[in-house]
Amino acid sequence: MMTNMTQVVIALVAVLLAPAVGALLQGIDRIVNARMQSRVGPPLLQPVYDVMKLLGKEVVMLNRTQILYAWLHLFFLMLATALVVLGQDMIMILLVLAVSTIALILGGMCVRSPYSRIGSQREIMQMLSYEPILVMLVIGIFLTNGSFMARDITLAGKPLLLTLPLIFFAFLLVTAIKLKKSPFDLATSHHGHQEIVKGITIEYAGPYLAVLEIAHWYETALVFLVLAAFWATNWKIGILIAIISYGIEILFDNLCARLTYQWMLSHMWTVGLGLSVTNLIWLYWK
Amino acid sequence: MIGCVDRSPWIVHYNCNSCNGCDIELLACLTPLYDLERFGVLHVGNPKHADILVVTGSVNHRNARVLKNVYDQMPGPRMVVAMGACGSTGGIFADCYNVLGGVEKVIPVDVWIPGCPPKPEAIIDGMVRAVQLWKANPAFQPQGGAARMSLIRRPPASAARPVTPAAAAQPTQNEEADPDGRQSS
Repeated sequence: MMTNMTQVVIALVAVLLAPAVGALLQGIDRIVNARMQSRVGPPLLQPVYDVMKLLGKEVVMLNRTQILYAWLHLFFLMLATALVVLGQDMIMILLVLAVSTIALILGGMCVRSPYSRIGSQREIMQMLSYEPILVMLVIGIFLTNGSFMARDITLAGKPLLLTLPLIFFAFLLVTAIKLKKSPFDLATSHHGHQEIVKGITIEYAGPYLAVLEIAHWYETALVFLVLAAFWATNWKIGILIAIISYGIEILFDNLCARLTYQWMLSHMWTVGLGLSVTNLIWLYWK
Repeated sequence: MIGCVDRSPWIVHYNCNSCNGCDIELLACLTPLYDLERFGVLHVGNPKHADILVVTGSVNHRNARVLKNVYDQMPGPRMVVAMGACGSTGGIFADCYNVLGGVEKVIPVDVWIPGCPPKPEAIIDGMVRAVQLWKANPAFQPQGGAARMSLIRRPPASAARPVTPAAAAQPTQNEEADPDGRQSS
């Protein structure tokens, strides 16, 4: 059993390392994207340069509440990272992640810009689409291991991918939403900057946009970690699976146009949820 | 912090009164052949995220107010690039009754890119020079400290930027005074 002090140190190291991993992943993401479009692409550390520049810019804000929500969004993502690394209850982690997204939504809602509000409404739709699948994932892990704790993920002695193959595919759809990839890139129009002018982040400028970018680094690192956890018995294979999944996301990002939120919601609730429930029924009767 | 400025200049593009020649050339710079993103340049649609305002076309009485508004929404430090013959001087439309002239009649311009339309190499060079100017001039350092709650910009005392008071105030006054004709100012 770990002492309290070691736990605090592990949590701190994870909270410091996660954004570095996320930034590197995004840098690689942008280069791979560029190569797929036969471009040279930006340097590897481009996300870091962007954030450094944003931190040095003038402070502009519409109201202080909006800024508070940006910080809350970052804080709850940091908390979720710490909880994951400490192997805490996965239902608690889901809750913390949901609160983090709700902070982002409220931040977009508390200004009067119509694009910001459209972005927030789309973010709500995204949450509505992927939250049930995340709950199914947690239930599936419980049915495999008999424990809700993230530290017991290897308890069954075999990789989760073998017991939760269909939920893995459903989780790939969730990954596309969380990484802001097409066809689900609705709330921020991350790549098509002009559609709703970056939606939910439109009214954030300078350092506060940097806060949101850093929060997205945490999100990227967390998604990567969950993908790797599908083969948690051997982390090398797990990371390989995560890299391949990330590559598939980038490929689909370049292949697909953005679709409407109605399409996303109906398909996530039929295809995504159908896959998850089928997997759970199979696990239950096995 | 300011050292990273030349590594990620994000541009916002405003078409004042352009024939779209310059706009298409600017967008062509983002395509695989020229790939402005390898310098970290992103084309954002939002003045609040942008560092460089690229203006194409000549300024007239109607759009001067909009141009000023877009400029005012950008957080400092910020650069303005006037692109093409019309953006620089008014071009062949300079003598039209409704045209004020180049972009510098409304907002301070840092870099002019000549040409009708400018060559892609000239556009890339213009962007690079804009960020170099920004890095070289300490007056462009952010003021820091006090947060700006309102989006109405008051010129900071420290920023020594080349703007003549007559040029900044003229367009809206002209419009209110005589919406149909161009005044000799």
